[in-house]
Amino acid sequence: MAMATSDRIRALVTDNEIVVFMKGVPAAPQCGFSAGVVKVLDAIGRPYVGVNVLDDPFLREGIKEYSDWPTLPQVYVRGEFIGGCDIVRDMYAAGELQALLAGQSA
Amino acid sequence: MPMDATEIERRITAAFPDADVLMVDMAGDGDHWAARVTCAAFAGKSRIVQHKMVYAAIGADMGHELHALALQTFVPAVPPTTPAT
Repeated sequence: MAMATSDRIRALVTDNEIVVFMKGVPAAPQCGFSAGVVKVLDAIGRPYVGVNVLDDPFLREGIKEYSDWPTLPQVYVRGEFIGGCDIVRDMYAAGELQALLAGQSA
Repeated sequence: MPMDATEIERRITAAFPDADVLMVDMAGDGDHWAARVTCAAFAGKSRIVQHKMVYAAIGADMGHELHALALQTFVPAVPPTTPAT
């Protein structure tokens, strides 16, 4: 019996501190927005997990329902959806993302 | 077909009459817009919630029509209800 997509997503974002659902993989993003998020996360230098939704149509649609957010990429920190490319870039520019990631994981 | 910037601005202002909306043509092609929205209603809300408020106001299928809209939301430095000192 396969896990429901929402349960898979919950497990991914709970088991890993930083997760990005993206088009492509961190080493080879397939979309400019995904590339932008990877650039920010790489600059911060904390380990993160990239999930390639192009490999999985269930995840590609399921993640949008999970977050009630219609676009990719989507970045999760400690289980919480924090935003896509624009928000992550703005948070990085304001120092908010660094502050969030500097906190100890629960 | 992307939504016209004037229409985007009109819808945001209709939903948030006190909002300050600035539309910037990012590429000079009339297709890639950045909207900078400053509104007291954003105070105390996460950026995701602020953005969802704006997208709801626009009421478009942002996954398609608005994928090229870069959005920035701001809380006014001095809320309109607070007299400047």
